[in-house]
Amino acid sequence: MTTPILKVTGLTMDFGGIRALNQLDLDVCAGEIVALIGPNGAGKTTFFNCVTGIYTPTKGDVILTPPGSSKGISLKGMKPNIVTQKGLARTFQNIRLFSKMTVLENVMIGRHCRTKAFILGAILRTKATRREEREILEMSYGLLEKVGLADFANEFAENLSYGAQRRLEIARALATEPLLLLLDEPAAGMNPQETLELDDLIKKIASEGQSILLIEHDMKLVMSLSDRIFVMDYGKKIAQGVPAEIRANPQVIKAYLGEEVDA
Amino acid sequence: MFSLKEIRKTALISLWFVFLTFPIMVIKVDPIERIVRWRWDNALYVGLGIFFLRLFIEFLKEKNSIRQAAKTTEEKESLSKIHIIIANPKQRNILVGVLLCAASVFPFIFDTYQTNIMITALMYVVLGLGLNIVVGMAGLLDLGFVAFYAVGAYSYALLNYHFGLGFWAVLPIGGGLAAMAGILLGFPVLRLRGDYLAIVTLGFGEIIRLVLENWNEFSMGPSGISNIPRPGLFGLEMSLNGSILYLYYMMILFMIFTIFVVNRLQDSRLGRAWIALREDEIACQAMGIDKRKTKLVAFSLGAFWAGIVGVIFAAKTTFINPASFTFLESAIILSIVVLGGMGSIVGVIIGAFILILLPEYLRAFSEYRMLAFGAILVAMMVFRPQGLFSTIRRTYTFEKDK
Repeated sequence: MTTPILKVTGLTMDFGGIRALNQLDLDVCAGEIVALIGPNGAGKTTFFNCVTGIYTPTKGDVILTPPGSSKGISLKGMKPNIVTQKGLARTFQNIRLFSKMTVLENVMIGRHCRTKAFILGAILRTKATRREEREILEMSYGLLEKVGLADFANEFAENLSYGAQRRLEIARALATEPLLLLLDEPAAGMNPQETLELDDLIKKIASEGQSILLIEHDMKLVMSLSDRIFVMDYGKKIAQGVPAEIRANPQVIKAYLGEEVDA
Repeated sequence: MFSLKEIRKTALISLWFVFLTFPIMVIKVDPIERIVRWRWDNALYVGLGIFFLRLFIEFLKEKNSIRQAAKTTEEKESLSKIHIIIANPKQRNILVGVLLCAASVFPFIFDTYQTNIMITALMYVVLGLGLNIVVGMAGLLDLGFVAFYAVGAYSYALLNYHFGLGFWAVLPIGGGLAAMAGILLGFPVLRLRGDYLAIVTLGFGEIIRLVLENWNEFSMGPSGISNIPRPGLFGLEMSLNGSILYLYYMMILFMIFTIFVVNRLQDSRLGRAWIALREDEIACQAMGIDKRKTKLVAFSLGAFWAGIVGVIFAAKTTFINPASFTFLESAIILSIVVLGGMGSIVGVIIGAFILILLPEYLRAFSEYRMLAFGAILVAMMVFRPQGLFSTIRRTYTFEKDK
């Protein structure tokens, strides 16, 4: 087996006396779609926040190994922007777009950590800056086309429909050229039609070799998308495996789907 | 035209106003004759005045809403006239050309007094544009902006006093020192936002002023520093009028330079990062933007302009003391940005002209000047809380065949 690009070992997060994450292990291999599921309050989003640097985990380690390189980088304790620069990009459960910026600009922000024009470059508008700016534009527009928002490029992000905002968040995260894309409940609040479109979009992105780790509540979506599933409850991992295994796992059914479903 | 209900409501409102203004409009205590005069006729005037004023406003509102309803949705979304002009490069160039012509002949048409006021207004335009980077774009509420202005002014005054450095030599130094002060302020407040940040910056502004006021050996204390030389032009001797003229044109050029720079920054990678920071700090970091660096750059760039204007201020007035750098000054600059429209360059320019020129031209109303000024500010914030001109984000066009 190849070395996983993301390997989380023994991740523990305490908030005062509350242990939100307890000795969690998880790994994602290149090109895989991995889902993390669990009942509300199980600690899924806390897990994301720990991995992406918004929280610093109490114990454990997060190792990112870029494909082709043998040595992993520990992301533990890094600032969120450095984590993104290293190759993890995320979306948010409650949409966090830059609402007073245009759709295109939102995606352009994603290019920030991959470009470097600064004060002087901006003022003098040198050749290098102009070229960089054109590259940002072209790539951002390309991403908008991919998620089907190219027609709204110059609209304010706040004027988009809910489903479109979710897709824009994905495009923005993709603009950072992540090694691993982390989606935090991308289908939350979507209607069935939008969920279906999202399913297609994620499959399309994955088919291009993008590794994805997602948190999701929509079981249909999770089962149809994921290569592997991790299940957690009360901050602990209770199961892992391919969708079929998870579906049959009595512990998962008990914790997550409710006890009466076992009939 | 008006329903009975409307008229009754209006009558009640005017009665309320009569009651409110009763102590100042009706009662007049005559301390010499030791009697109270009851000026009931004034109450009548207030009542009638408010009654008809409200009817008039209601009438306008109604007319306006009818007109609004008649417009198609597309028309409603269209931007204000100035936005249309700016969006069209040809019209914009004409507008800029006309404004430049007007600006260049201005001192020959009007007298020195008017030119002086204009210089002040131009200085506030640049100050506003500087603060606009911090407040308007990066969304960091800064109530101590005047501190950087003071740093610039005192750099020139002190460097000139001690080392005899000239205006042009100090101009970049003053800007640089102010930018450094900006970074100095920036570091401790990196974690703060909104109200908390406002309080800390307010404190910082006061610290600078109090230091200048009390550290006599350093800054000459409240008596200030006088005999600061006006800006020179290759050692040319200039009369007072000549140097005012010179300062005026210098300020015009300087303002154009500022607009140029700020405009370019706004649509750059850095400018986008600032706006993203204003919109959502967490998402901004998650997208790989270094919050610390971006904030510090915003603070120092904003302070840089304030420092430069400070140097010019010292050269213009030839005398400075801490009384010029009170909180009121910060508040005015902040009002310029908020009134003009946060983040909008055109807005800030127009806001500066209104806020600085209005009190000057309201001198005709003598003692009612500040009252009228305050009333106008209140009215503007009530009717246009988003500022005179909202920002327009840059739009990009793409070929369809891509």
